[in-house]
Amino acid sequence: MATIDDRNADTLGSAAGHGHDEGSYLTPRGGLITTIWDWATTVDHKKIGVMYLAAVLMMFFFGGVAALAVRTELFSPVREVPGEGITGQWLGSFLGNPDASIAENNNLYNRAFTLHGAIMVFMVIIPSVPAALGNFFLPIMIGAKDVAFPRLNLLSWYIYVTGSIFGIMSILMGGVDTGWTFYTPYSTTTDADQMRVVYMVLAAFILGFSSILTGLNFVVTTHKLRAPGMGWFDMPLFVWAVYATSILQVLATPVIGITLLLLVFERLFRVGIFDPGLGGDPVLFQHFFWFYSHPVVYVMILPGMAVINEIIPVHSHKKIFGYRSMAFASLGIAAVSFLVWGHHMFTSTGELAATVFSALTFLVAVPTAVKVFNWLGTLYKGSISMTPPMVYALMFLFLFTIGGLTGLPLATLSTDMHLHDSYFVVAHFHYVMMGGTIIAFIGGLHHWWPKMFGRMYNERAAIVFALVQFVGFNVTFFTQFILGTRGMPRRYASYVDEFQTLHQISTFGSYILAIGFTGSLAVFVHSLLAGKKAPQNPWGGLTLEWHVESPPSTHNFHKEPIVHHGPYDFDTILPPGWDPKDYPVPNAHEQAEAYAKAQHSHVGSSHH
Amino acid sequence: MTTVPIRETESHATATGAVPWHKYKAAHHFRNKEEEFDGVKLGMWLFLATEVLLFSGLFCAYAVFRILHPEAFTNGSSYLDWRWGGLNTVVLLVSSYTMAASIRNVQLQQFARAKFNLLFTMACGLAFLCIKFLFEYTPKWSGWFFVLDPALSHHEDSGKRALGGLFHFVEGYGGKRPGEWFDYPFSTDNYEHLWWSVYYSATGIHATHVIIGMGLIAWVYLRVRKGMYGPTHYTGVEMAGLYWHLVDLIWIFLFPLLYLIH
Repeated sequence: MATIDDRNADTLGSAAGHGHDEGSYLTPRGGLITTIWDWATTVDHKKIGVMYLAAVLMMFFFGGVAALAVRTELFSPVREVPGEGITGQWLGSFLGNPDASIAENNNLYNRAFTLHGAIMVFMVIIPSVPAALGNFFLPIMIGAKDVAFPRLNLLSWYIYVTGSIFGIMSILMGGVDTGWTFYTPYSTTTDADQMRVVYMVLAAFILGFSSILTGLNFVVTTHKLRAPGMGWFDMPLFVWAVYATSILQVLATPVIGITLLLLVFERLFRVGIFDPGLGGDPVLFQHFFWFYSHPVVYVMILPGMAVINEIIPVHSHKKIFGYRSMAFASLGIAAVSFLVWGHHMFTSTGELAATVFSALTFLVAVPTAVKVFNWLGTLYKGSISMTPPMVYALMFLFLFTIGGLTGLPLATLSTDMHLHDSYFVVAHFHYVMMGGTIIAFIGGLHHWWPKMFGRMYNERAAIVFALVQFVGFNVTFFTQFILGTRGMPRRYASYVDEFQTLHQISTFGSYILAIGFTGSLAVFVHSLLAGKKAPQNPWGGLTLEWHVESPPSTHNFHKEPIVHHGPYDFDTILPPGWDPKDYPVPNAHEQAEAYAKAQHSHVGSSHH
Repeated sequence: MTTVPIRETESHATATGAVPWHKYKAAHHFRNKEEEFDGVKLGMWLFLATEVLLFSGLFCAYAVFRILHPEAFTNGSSYLDWRWGGLNTVVLLVSSYTMAASIRNVQLQQFARAKFNLLFTMACGLAFLCIKFLFEYTPKWSGWFFVLDPALSHHEDSGKRALGGLFHFVEGYGGKRPGEWFDYPFSTDNYEHLWWSVYYSATGIHATHVIIGMGLIAWVYLRVRKGMYGPTHYTGVEMAGLYWHLVDLIWIFLFPLLYLIH
């Protein structure tokens, strides 16, 4: 854990920032206009993190509405009933066109799932943990005052907003029906006289820039701004995983950048590199696309793991099992992720290539399983507090494990031929992306909410809504595994009658899920309006963010912290015989003394 | 820290909030100037890595299509004049030298020379763009030649003029365009439009980088004029220099791949 030197005793001892002239980062410094201007031009990583959080949650709402539209349309198959005409066209009727032809209705459906996929991937999941929580906590966790390039950080937020505006413009102009993967030649020919595909592709390109700049910022921050005493292996594992993510963002995103740029050239200037009608190669687009978009799958999941790395040790008050293997597993996942893009293209590459990619894909399971076992090892014999963050972490373990294990039949060539492009794939990646990353993101929000906003929330209600989400999620997506194995292909607005029951169960599940998320939102809003004041360290965490006030002051620390111990050294820091209920117990002085004693007795074995 | 004797720059202004280099302190979240310099440099190298990866997509596309359609590439390349490409290579190499020299000048407080070298680097960038647009893109795209183009003497005069005689039209030369716009009548290969697609995309994106680099150098030049850089603080000059060398480096690879194949 990190404890801080005596020099810093005043920071640690005082409860919540009383008597400091600085005030918290949330303290307004003037009237409404001044405050808005203050936020719009801020270079404070905490404010930028909160701004990302607001933007991401807003896009999550839009993407979620699109998902509900997709599920509602799938409640019944589109079919012609003699005497009744066409039934099951929910989207057409909802948007005021009950007489839409089947083709028009299907077109709407294609736009709805593209909207859902593009928003959720590019505007929600990718920036969720790194840009929102990472921005807020990475600098504090390493004892820095800010990220390395604060102005660049603000710029990346504005770039993110610009990209999102391009995406929204495209939607307002009628939407895009290419799917979020923009496969050529469809994406180069659909709506050929319209600009909206170009806008959507540019949106993804611009969002990629934002992602690169954030990643670059975090890499330099982690390298250069760690507090004295914090070596690489004294960093919290959140920082390790976000660091691995940042490397991926920096190294993979430029490739999608050039790919999307060429796609824009293709549409605007007809350059023909990907368009077979002009002699180009559509499979080349798939290679380029997945060379980025597979690593980006780990850009999405690694930060989820980063959050779980913090929640599990803190809420089971036990040192994390296998610290180093966790750190290396993050880097290992990042490294292997560059070698497996071909498994998205088993049906469009040669047999030998597919075999090699299949074999490499199984490698990913190794570091991933190391992480899961380490989390379980941490829980084993821990003093587990069933707090909302812990409930989310357990949900993550359950859902992510299902998501990971169902990846194996997809990596196996023979089974993939059957499951390829079916609902099995849809269910698999929702278990990983949503059951993994989104659940971890919401769990992280519960974990750090008191620190970010200085307010507690109603824990019981938070747990209830977490469970509602858990039930809703499994009802929605487990049925899709069954649908997939029975042959339901993805991206279709209609289906044969045999699938209707399962589709209806799935649709009901999505409504339960929506209730769960709305409930969580209500818990947070209630906390902002009427929550109890949060103590400095509500869960008993030992990383540096729990040593600053809730919410933190503008410069995070009043003096530069000096790190004395690892981030999870609960066993050496906690007084013997402590009870989790006594939190927040150990004040800084006791911790420092306990540490000094421990140091003393281990002089021989103490490391460099 | 070693002390450096401070010579006042013949700077034109320091009033507008510009911090002179010898008074510069690191941004508040860095412990000192050295740490800030290291951090910025690491960030810049990472950014350059992303630039290389951006171009790697183009180089991949080049490799794929050259393997698939080698004839189209050799045929298309035969219309490029290695002398223009070579001249542009020399221009960029010289500019890389003057850029590097300007960093050295700033470190030695030779501000007049630093400013000259920065201006010269920008002029080289402009020369590169002029050669690219006037003597390479325009005639190949449209058949209109700039009046000073020596290649004009090899073609029959069609008599058509534009912009007060600044441009001369040559019959049957234009039309070497990307994709479906390719309508060069003497083309011998069905896939030659792909070569032009790769050529225009790669050199076009590179030219964009030249323009961005010139913008960076202009920004650094203004700051040198204000006396903001000197022996103990020259971060901006160094970073602009790194970026400019990357622009040069990409061209070093593009030149042989585009001009010197047969």
